[in-house]
Amino acid sequence: MGFFDRFKPRTNEPSPEEKEKLEEGLEKTRTSFFGKLDRMVRGKDEVDDLVLDQLEEVLVTSDVGVKTTLDIIDRVEARVARDQFVSTKELNQLIREEITHLMLDEVPEMPADFEADLPHTPHVVMVVGVNGVGKTTSIGKIAYRYKQAGRSVLLGAGDTFRAAAIEQLEIWANRADVDLIKQSHGSDPAAVAFDTLAAAKSREAEVVLIDTAGRLHTRRGLMDELSKVKRVMSKQIPDAPHEVLLVLDASTGQNAIRQAEVFTEAVDVTGLVLTKLDGTAKGGIVIGVSNEFKVPVKYIGVGEGIDDLQIFDRRAFVEALFGDQF
Amino acid sequence: MFESLSDKIEGAIKNVTGQGRINELNIAATMREIRRALLDADVNYQVARDFTDQVKEKATGDEVLNSVTPGQQLVKIVHDELTELLGGEHVGINEPDYPPTVILVAGLQGSGKTTFCAKLARHFRRQGRAPLLAAADVYRPAAVNQLQKLASEIDVPVYARMENGEPLQDAVRVAKEAVEEARTKARDVVIIDTAGRMHVDERMMQEVTDIRDTVEPHEILFVVDSMTGQDAVNTAKEFNEQLNFDGVVLTKLDGDTRGGAALSIRSVVNKPIKFASTGETLDALTEFYPERMSQRILGMGDIVTFVEKAQEEFDEKKAEKLRQKMQSDDFNFEDFYQQLQRIKKMGSMKDLLGMIPGIGKKVRNLDVDDDAFKHIEAMILSMTIEERLNPSVIDGSRRRRIAKGSGARVRDVNQLLKQFKEMKKMMKSMSKLMGKGRKMDIQQMLNNMDVGKMGGSAKPPF
Ligand SMILES: Nc1nc2c(ncn2[C@@H]2O[C@H](COP(=O)(O)OP(=O)(O)OP(=O)(O)O)[C@@H](O)[C@H]2O)c(=O)[nH]1
Ligand SMILES: Nc1nc2c(ncn2[C@@H]2O[C@H](COP(=O)(O)OP(=O)(O)OP(=O)(O)O)[C@@H](O)[C@H]2O)c(=O)[nH]1
Ligand SMILES: [Mg+2]
Ligand SMILES: [Mg+2]
Repeated sequence: MGFFDRFKPRTNEPSPEEKEKLEEGLEKTRTSFFGKLDRMVRGKDEVDDLVLDQLEEVLVTSDVGVKTTLDIIDRVEARVARDQFVSTKELNQLIREEITHLMLDEVPEMPADFEADLPHTPHVVMVVGVNGVGKTTSIGKIAYRYKQAGRSVLLGAGDTFRAAAIEQLEIWANRADVDLIKQSHGSDPAAVAFDTLAAAKSREAEVVLIDTAGRLHTRRGLMDELSKVKRVMSKQIPDAPHEVLLVLDASTGQNAIRQAEVFTEAVDVTGLVLTKLDGTAKGGIVIGVSNEFKVPVKYIGVGEGIDDLQIFDRRAFVEALFGDQF
Repeated sequence: MFESLSDKIEGAIKNVTGQGRINELNIAATMREIRRALLDADVNYQVARDFTDQVKEKATGDEVLNSVTPGQQLVKIVHDELTELLGGEHVGINEPDYPPTVILVAGLQGSGKTTFCAKLARHFRRQGRAPLLAAADVYRPAAVNQLQKLASEIDVPVYARMENGEPLQDAVRVAKEAVEEARTKARDVVIIDTAGRMHVDERMMQEVTDIRDTVEPHEILFVVDSMTGQDAVNTAKEFNEQLNFDGVVLTKLDGDTRGGAALSIRSVVNKPIKFASTGETLDALTEFYPERMSQRILGMGDIVTFVEKAQEEFDEKKAEKLRQKMQSDDFNFEDFYQQLQRIKKMGSMKDLLGMIPGIGKKVRNLDVDDDAFKHIEAMILSMTIEERLNPSVIDGSRRRRIAKGSGARVRDVNQLLKQFKEMKKMMKSMSKLMGKGRKMDIQQMLNNMDVGKMGGSAKPPF
């Protein structure tokens, strides 16, 4: 039986025989899962509990969260009731589609493609997130990609708080071969952002990336500071920043929802960067975050190297969620 | 969240009042809520499932307190089990007989290792020790610089190896030389900061095991971000398999994460959580408090408090009954056993004693055996119900049987019976003396009868 068996009243409780079969199935390797499924579901308008249970397990263990998982199961059930399906392949397809569609697509004003036309010059991007998620590293990688695409890039060392944060970004600026605007440790981050935009205008930079200090969303004062940093930018360039990227660590669990909520409130997040997908964490939390806060995932981080950044691909992400299981 | 939760629970038990024991039916709704709470708190799927199943099995058949519902009582039981699983005996840092103590710190990227290393150095410094920090993260941009800046805040030296402004690309060598440096410069603790690494990165995992094999640390700490979700089990397991670490450091607990990773990790690797990191500044390091953590994970604090209160009332009632019993002379071993349980619940003997002004300092160095009561308990448990209710039937052969059954000597059984008799006498006169309305202090009784001397093991000094 699934974990939420009775959270969700099921119309069709499995019979004892079915249950036995189900347990047998679970004991055996999962590779035969779809073979079995094929026999069970052909031409039905209801999904067997076995499928839903396994779907539930896959999703919850990928950090999708209970709420979103139940939403997905509802959607799958509704679709099946409506359309029916004949084969495992179809069901398989349908599950993927439902999940993929929960995540937002990118918007034209903020293309992820580094070569695409940018509606503003300079195009200003502010990068935010809790401590240690990979903001500075992602900025280094993104700067490098824009630079590779032939664009002039300027970085702003807006983390004036953490020890050696400026030096860290400086190293990334060197690696990506782009310029950096900084002030001393402990200075006002809003002033750094202001200066960076001023410099960007005079140097005619095409892309500006502003780093900020990691902060837990529970720190009211620090969140206000972040709002201020953002406000100050618009004094230099009216609608800057054009993008606010919230960086989420793929290994983060349900707390990411709270992070997204509070950061969105403070600085109106426009996109997500999902880092550290090179481990075993699946980063399933972005499904709920993307859906609930109507923000697309733009980039993913897959390592510590300068090349380890990819443009987010919803389909590939969902594939990876299921691995060889579905 | 709590409102809807208690609503649900109440709704679910409405029809089952009058069921005196916990059973599958009267806790079904609560079971689901608890599981969901654990998953929402990021406890691993499998761990949550196993844990709740175990608790359910254990709790089934338990008698339910009059004033609470079976569901509520289950929440309390889960909470207590959670606390126990997370806690256990507090374990400090392993230290050798001769300095320097070598501590290796490892974990995933960005978990808070470097900050923790500096915090730990500060902690030692404040104890008058002389720590040395080793900058063995030779990869992350400005990692050495970060450690140096943090160290300068607390005036602790850093061992680092730079070549042309770049860190020497040999973490093993840096760690090894740092330990040598500590020996020659008489630093008594070496804390080795290492680069963040993915548990699936073979080359990097090899590097950290090489560091371990070279410096042979006395303590290996695994640093984990408390916001970690389901993957905590994979990383903890892999790091443990490779490094066999001694303890866990839970970071970023100053946020609002429920921190279920703590439970997941405890369940899969069974290593103690030794420190909690609660902020970016170097003073934000504390001991780990299992009780707080389990409240945080379960998130049902109100119910727990409610049941605790009910429990207290329940105990009050019981105590009153007992008082009457003692006066009426039929105080028996069954009652005595219950009293012992109550005392035990109040905490360890050493902790209890430690709270008494003037004694606290003395006990700290004493070897107080919490098992002192165990021998008595064992003897009581070896008695038949008849013997417990009516000790006067315990004759010579019964004494031998009790001794055998409890692994005690006949002499111990004799002594127990004798002291029990004395205690009863004393209680009777005392409770008469104190009159109605005043509570008997069983602890006082025990003090007087010197239970600690029984059973041959270490004695509580009262
Ligand atoms: N494996 C892996 N590591 C990453 C990735 N992105 C960042 N990191 C590492 O994560 C650690 C933290 O990265 P930073 O860029 O310093 O994170 P941050 O959010 O700027 O941190 P603060 O400024 O301290 O809040 C570093 O060791 C990075 O190398 C990724 O995609 N994969
Ligand atoms: N709020 C909070 N932030 C913390 C805590 N511990 C560390 N940090 C922050 O988390 C970020 C990462 O900390 P580091 O100490 O650099 O982490 P690390 O594990 O050494 O990172 P790498 O060396 O890149 O793997 C920094 O911004 C720290 O200030 C904590 O307990 N609470
Ligand atoms: Mg940073
Ligand atoms: Mg570090």
